[in-house]
Amino acid sequence: MSSSASANKRSLWATVLVGIGVMAAVDEIIFHQLLQWHHFFDFSTPTFGIISDGLLHAGELLAVVIGVFMLLDLSQRQLLAIPWAKAGFFLGLGGFQFFDGLINHKVLRLHQIRYGVDPLLYDVIWNGIAIVLLLVGIWFYRSAKRLEHR
Amino acid sequence: MHLHDHATHGSMLDWLPLALIILLTVAYLAAAYAQRHKTADWNDWRSVFFILGSLLLAIAVAPPLMTWAHHDLVGHMTLHLLIGMLAPLAWVLAAPITLLLRTLPQAGGRRVAALLQSGVVRFISHPISALVLNIGGMYVLYLTPLYAASLHNQALHYGVHLHFLVAGYLFCWAILAEPDVSPHRLSLRFRLGVLFAAIATHSLLGKLMYGYGWPRNTGHSLEEVQAAAQWMYYGGDLAEVLLAVVLLTLWLKKPVAQRHALV
Repeated sequence: MSSSASANKRSLWATVLVGIGVMAAVDEIIFHQLLQWHHFFDFSTPTFGIISDGLLHAGELLAVVIGVFMLLDLSQRQLLAIPWAKAGFFLGLGGFQFFDGLINHKVLRLHQIRYGVDPLLYDVIWNGIAIVLLLVGIWFYRSAKRLEHR
Repeated sequence: MHLHDHATHGSMLDWLPLALIILLTVAYLAAAYAQRHKTADWNDWRSVFFILGSLLLAIAVAPPLMTWAHHDLVGHMTLHLLIGMLAPLAWVLAAPITLLLRTLPQAGGRRVAALLQSGVVRFISHPISALVLNIGGMYVLYLTPLYAASLHNQALHYGVHLHFLVAGYLFCWAILAEPDVSPHRLSLRFRLGVLFAAIATHSLLGKLMYGYGWPRNTGHSLEEVQAAAQWMYYGGDLAEVLLAVVLLTLWLKKPVAQRHALV
């Protein structure tokens, strides 16, 4: 019982990490590189913002690598719990998007979503998507929990 | 023809690093070949990794690329990536120290083993010292006038590149702690933590260089410095993620029972 509970927890965390990394990659590829809405460096960023950005960036990169290898490890042990993995993935996606929209853009002021426009509408849509993803994650989480108690 | 040779290639000294790389590669392959009848064969993949590392280094130190790197900061960063991160990773995977210990006669082997256990080697091969040597060295190079000075001083120029190679090798070895046995027995989590610190400090340096226009007084335009800083940022990501992937691939290859949980 307890070993399956720990496998469930690990399945959840592995995909939370993958979800964080995937959303960070989407942000990097689409908004930084393709659309070029986000800026690499915003001169109004306070110093603590620039320093914390390095830590966050390192966390994002390692999250996706560690998450994928945790999944490979779990599946080799035949312990991967798919319902928990689904929940974790959406919680990771939404969690990162929400964190990025609130902390990175607004508190640390690393960069805005888009320049030369009023960012309010963009912020609302950005964080709205985050909340939808989080709700999907919560829904999967509850159904994983129901399955466990059946 | 003769004039052109002299003007573009400077002196014979420019070819010295390339000659050394070829010499090391031939020595490695000869030693690996000599292992073929021993009880345990030398794994061919290790030889492939050594050749790969040598090729990456050879591309980096070939005089035409060196000349490009001398004039163009983006070129310099490309060289830095090859010499300081990609080539050393391949060489570490080739297990050159194990091969050396197997090849040397007993007395020589004991001397090398003693050297590996000496205080100096233990100190510089610790992940944290390797991190400071590697990333700290980059802060010193790019955020001080050292980089500008290295453009005009041949010895300093070689020194900087040798430092990239040695520090990069030590760092990759300290993080992987394999296949050459590391003098330290540190947990996977600890080594992942040091790798995390390396990515964070490396990307911070990229941002600082971009934002504040370092290295300065090099005759490079601000646009070029910024392009180089961004290339360093993303190129560093690539190399560090590759190192993380190699580290965890080695972890995943261990039998299930010996694998400690990651998180």
